[in-house]
Amino acid sequence: MGGSEFSAGIKAGTSIAIGYFPIALTFGLLAKTTGLSLWEATAMSIFVFAGAAQYISLTLITAGVAPAVIVLNTFIVNIRHFLMTASLNEKMQPDDRWKKALYAFGITDESFSVLATQKGNKLSTAFAAGVIVIAYGSWIIFTAVGHLIGANLPQFLQASMSIALYAMFVGLLVPSMRGNRKVISLAVIAGLVNSFFYFTEWLSTGWAIMVSTLASAIFIEWISRKGVKA
Amino acid sequence: MGSWYWWMILGMAVVTYIPRAIPLTFLEGRELPEPVQNVLRNIPYAVLGALIFPAIFFIQENIWFGVIGAFAAFGIAFTGANVMIVVLGSIAVLAVFSVFI
Repeated sequence: MGGSEFSAGIKAGTSIAIGYFPIALTFGLLAKTTGLSLWEATAMSIFVFAGAAQYISLTLITAGVAPAVIVLNTFIVNIRHFLMTASLNEKMQPDDRWKKALYAFGITDESFSVLATQKGNKLSTAFAAGVIVIAYGSWIIFTAVGHLIGANLPQFLQASMSIALYAMFVGLLVPSMRGNRKVISLAVIAGLVNSFFYFTEWLSTGWAIMVSTLASAIFIEWISRKGVKA
Repeated sequence: MGSWYWWMILGMAVVTYIPRAIPLTFLEGRELPEPVQNVLRNIPYAVLGALIFPAIFFIQENIWFGVIGAFAAFGIAFTGANVMIVVLGSIAVLAVFSVFI
């Protein structure tokens, strides 16, 4: 029973693995040019498993920024996961805390998106494990491969594969959007607010995503409450 | 890299793990007030909106990659195709596009 749930999770997570492939490969390559050894680069992917934060850390290492500042910056970039895991908790089946603490490690923007948009009320731990294992595996393996081969994909493939994760987000969002004004409003408002922060440069990406998500989610809840009362 | 690198990795691992683990473990078995539950249920769709826009347009320096990629992804998704088809189809469209520029 758990086995088939796990396989279903692997299947659902495959698009993440494809999307991580070019990003992890480039990370491995950049880590090498930054001066990290194969093991140092791969260890970061194994222990941290956070794309944006890992990329930024390379830039900061090159700039000679103090390690403590890099750690602080990592926290700021990843603080948005508070919001995602709080939301995901409503969707997951109740389970032992140690199991939840274990799969919590694998919650990224991408695994959260895949899990949170699944149909059905309660998601099993085995399904989440499947999604995470394939995503995490891809991230680690292709970090190492990128460092080992020390070269990037052919330019046309690198450029066209950079759409992969965004295409996945679109593919997860659109089925829920159909005929659902609430879902459309949630996505459009968050996208607009986030674009506003992007162009004004008032907030860095991590904060911008968190603030625009929260603003949209609260605003729509407030509107629908008013609608019920009226 | 020196030993500072491993301390840095440890620090990065801890501060990345905390926001992932605290809500999932602390909120286990707790019933949140209904308005909070509703807001949390709204979050996935709001997150997707914020993850897609505006970043999807800036995947490459050449803005056309993002614009065409976004149209391809939404176009394919609206036909009702599953996520994997949306991903592979969008990559294919951009691969063809990059041959022509």
